[in-house]
Amino acid sequence: MMVLLRNPRRQIEVSGAMQVSTLLARLEINRESVLVIRDGTIVAGDGWLADTDDVEIRPVISGGFDGPAHRRGARP
Amino acid sequence: MRCRVCRGPAIIDIRRHNANFCAEHFLKLCRDQVAKAIGEFDMISPGERVLVAVSGGKDSLALWDLLLDLGHDTDGLYLGLGIGDYSDRSHRYARDFADRRGAKLVEIDLPGDYGYDVAGGAKAARRVPCSACGLSKRHLFDRAALDGGYDVVATGHNLDDEAAVLFGNVLRWHTEYLGRQVPVLPGANGFPRKVKPLVRLGERETAAYCVVRGIDYIVEECPMALGNKHLGYKDALNAIEVTSPGSKHDFYFGFLSRASARFRVDAAADSQDLHPCPSCGAPTTAESCAFCRLVARAGGHHPVAVELSPTRPAPSVTRP
Repeated sequence: MMVLLRNPRRQIEVSGAMQVSTLLARLEINRESVLVIRDGTIVAGDGWLADTDDVEIRPVISGGFDGPAHRRGARP
Repeated sequence: MRCRVCRGPAIIDIRRHNANFCAEHFLKLCRDQVAKAIGEFDMISPGERVLVAVSGGKDSLALWDLLLDLGHDTDGLYLGLGIGDYSDRSHRYARDFADRRGAKLVEIDLPGDYGYDVAGGAKAARRVPCSACGLSKRHLFDRAALDGGYDVVATGHNLDDEAAVLFGNVLRWHTEYLGRQVPVLPGANGFPRKVKPLVRLGERETAAYCVVRGIDYIVEECPMALGNKHLGYKDALNAIEVTSPGSKHDFYFGFLSRASARFRVDAAADSQDLHPCPSCGAPTTAESCAFCRLVARAGGHHPVAVELSPTRPAPSVTRP
């Protein structure tokens, strides 16, 4: 199957049918930090992916943060 | 996997709830969690006008969609930060969403209206980009809310954001910030009320909400934020969450119920001596406010080219 990864955007090929949880474990990706999407639909952790599928592993972690360490000494 | 509610095929597992949900009941869960947060923390009263801070990302668009569906009177506010192609695309997602929902989007352009972009502002003011960005957003959201007669500003901070901020503040014992880390900041001293209705949803859920609802959003990380500490804290908390589901929720909500009040004295001390900025009228403890000082230093600064290729190492991927 063809797997689209992001940040940076790239595509890799993975051989064989497998469950989503297996794919993520094989790619060493934390399941808490992504969604697996096929044809615009989320596939659950125990869902099966076919060898011919195109899937996207979409990261869900985002955001900059203006934290105290950046603001130390700065006044409002 | 079966949906906990209807026993139909599930699309998502939420391990901290020890439950799986189909698309229909997942959307209901999201609406229920946002309504619960709004009610639990007295965020928004019926009939109040809400200004939603919209970035074009998953959290702010999910928030706007949820508030509209819950019947709140909301407009969006998009702030163009001048981060090259990233800002152009973010703007399109925000505008497309507003058009689709028939909602009003208020737009401010940092370079066009104030003469600097985030990279230029950061360089001129010797701040990191996230600091110049956060300072600009806070000031301009506050001003837009007060000038526009809105009762409250709503931001898309989710459970992961709050847990990561808490983690960082505890690591460094920033007690004045711990005293202010609450889901509702009351309007006072020239500040509008600010609320975070997504605190009961993780960011995996807000992303899933957008996918299920067919909301297009900018998936790429902001090139300015890549590799920052906040993202590192999120990675660390997610590593804990894998082996101990519910840790992020217990960390944040345990803090709110058991510890937050202990730090309010520190936060109050930090807010003493507020007075209106002589230039713009915003509350400040200094001679002029931080935003006016930033504009004075950065206004008219030449735009700084933004490197859009990520600098954060990609997760290790092993070809099978």
